[in-house]
Amino acid sequence: MSVTAYPTTPPILEPAADGSETQLLEISMGPQHPSTHGVFRMNVVLDGERVVKLKPVFGYLHRNHEKIAENETYLGSMPYTDRLDYICSITNNWAYALAVEKLAGIQVPERAEYLRVITGELTRLQNHASLIGFLLQDMGSSGTPLMYAFRERENILDLFEALTGSRMMCNYMRFGGCRVDTPAGWLEQAQKVVTEFPRFLDEYENLLVGNEILMERTQGIGVLSPELAIDSAISGPMARASGVNYDIRKVDNYSIYSRFSFRVPLGSHGDVYDRYMIRFLEMRESVKILNEAMRDIPAGPIVDPKMRIRGFRPKPGEAYGRIESPKGELGFYLISDGSTNPYRYRVRPPSLINLTVLEDLCLGVNVADVVAILGSIDIVLGEVDR
Amino acid sequence: MDLETIKSTLEANVPDCRLEVIVNPSPSGQHSLLVDAEHAFAVASFLRSSAGFNYCSNVTGIDWPAKELSEKVKVKKIVDGVETEIDEVSKTMIPGCLEVVYHLFSMSEKIGPLPLRMRTQDRAEGVHLPSLTPVWRSAELQEREVFDLFGVVFDGHPDLRRLLMWDEFEDHPMRRDYVNPDDYEYEPTAHDDVLQRANQHRSTVGER
Repeated sequence: MSVTAYPTTPPILEPAADGSETQLLEISMGPQHPSTHGVFRMNVVLDGERVVKLKPVFGYLHRNHEKIAENETYLGSMPYTDRLDYICSITNNWAYALAVEKLAGIQVPERAEYLRVITGELTRLQNHASLIGFLLQDMGSSGTPLMYAFRERENILDLFEALTGSRMMCNYMRFGGCRVDTPAGWLEQAQKVVTEFPRFLDEYENLLVGNEILMERTQGIGVLSPELAIDSAISGPMARASGVNYDIRKVDNYSIYSRFSFRVPLGSHGDVYDRYMIRFLEMRESVKILNEAMRDIPAGPIVDPKMRIRGFRPKPGEAYGRIESPKGELGFYLISDGSTNPYRYRVRPPSLINLTVLEDLCLGVNVADVVAILGSIDIVLGEVDR
Repeated sequence: MDLETIKSTLEANVPDCRLEVIVNPSPSGQHSLLVDAEHAFAVASFLRSSAGFNYCSNVTGIDWPAKELSEKVKVKKIVDGVETEIDEVSKTMIPGCLEVVYHLFSMSEKIGPLPLRMRTQDRAEGVHLPSLTPVWRSAELQEREVFDLFGVVFDGHPDLRRLLMWDEFEDHPMRRDYVNPDDYEYEPTAHDDVLQRANQHRSTVGER
């Protein structure tokens, strides 16, 4: 198989009007560029400031997570899923647990479903909060916005630590439920954090949403059409910012999401500004879900008493389970051959698939806007490279 | 729309296509559709344009190495002039293949997943399959990943390069029979048998 070579010497352009010779410039952004959120590289060809070609280069963080999980028992790779999208470990656990539950036909008790929704939506809050902080940091508002966002994220991480023992690598879900029940007073503390959260959102919106420089930098930049979004299977807030009404919490009605009243915010332009704003709106909807879930959570067991974790062998077959993670559609595809390890274990990474259209969004913009576009896609390299 | 309806619609609209429903015995009940490589592109285009499956979420490969099925069969044989029944083990080889699965969803009908499968002829030479990237753009990076990790060559892919491994890498790590190369650096300071194996690959040319 021949490998398509990337052009090494950029072609010389036609002489400019004043007779000066110009040349395309090929630069490598990353893998150590601070705005790439990890080790991600883009080969960018520039005509002056304008991007004429952009090829992403993946794999700097590749450790073949799928192969490792195939050599591990079903439960054994649960802690490893934390390390995929290391900002939102709980939703990774949830997607994996959901796929295994589909594969083996396991029921989840009521209280565990509520705990899943509460922790999952808290994860969405802290992911979106840190994302908007990072995005503003990337665009040059050094310091304050990111620190404000991290201050709120810290409260939620404290809740995770009290519940699961770990701030980021939570390892919280089990097949058929959750690992531990809430400690005394946890729900009250969580309710306090959730009640105070809209105040942060108001403060943040007052701080920057109407900011002229922000609007100048983001409006009309990196426009993603809904047709291209559907064609490229763009999911999550990025698709909804383009007006694609597809939220897996509504479509699949997995877990108990049908019980909560929340709306799906949609953007109309699909530019960086819409992708930025949709995170605020989603956080407001998540606060609604959290308030209802914490009001209604029943007492009861947190794991299916019939579920036996030791020697867990699902019957042969396969299952694809997916959830609406903060980044988009996170899916797990499992094939069982009846043994203790999965025969095939596949992660459907929303971060990677949302990068399919990166070049389309970046063509023709200035090189400084590439940073804003990449930041608004919301990637985590642990999941892109697996 | 259930799978049998989709199958009969496809058979009516894509002439000569060979479809097979693969039954999934697990409680998930996600049965899949196996399509032959020659008609896969036409079938995919029809699913996209006329059956509403506009959202191709997940593309992945599966490696099925050749395996030997041994069955005990009772055979009547004449031993020393007396007819007796003896157990004989009959062995059949099931040839291996690489399989590619596309998980399709319909956004408007809100149905899915429909797993669409294709199989290669074998695992060595006949690893060519048609690329479905022209039908669903979302397959672009994922087919590159399958090419990289499984070694399926997608004909018609616009930019088929390795995705996660580096371009000079030769093997396909997600295959079941993949072994780490023995000069693989397990640790920065190799010692004992790892050092010995690594030394076998070390060039003596130009050594000072």
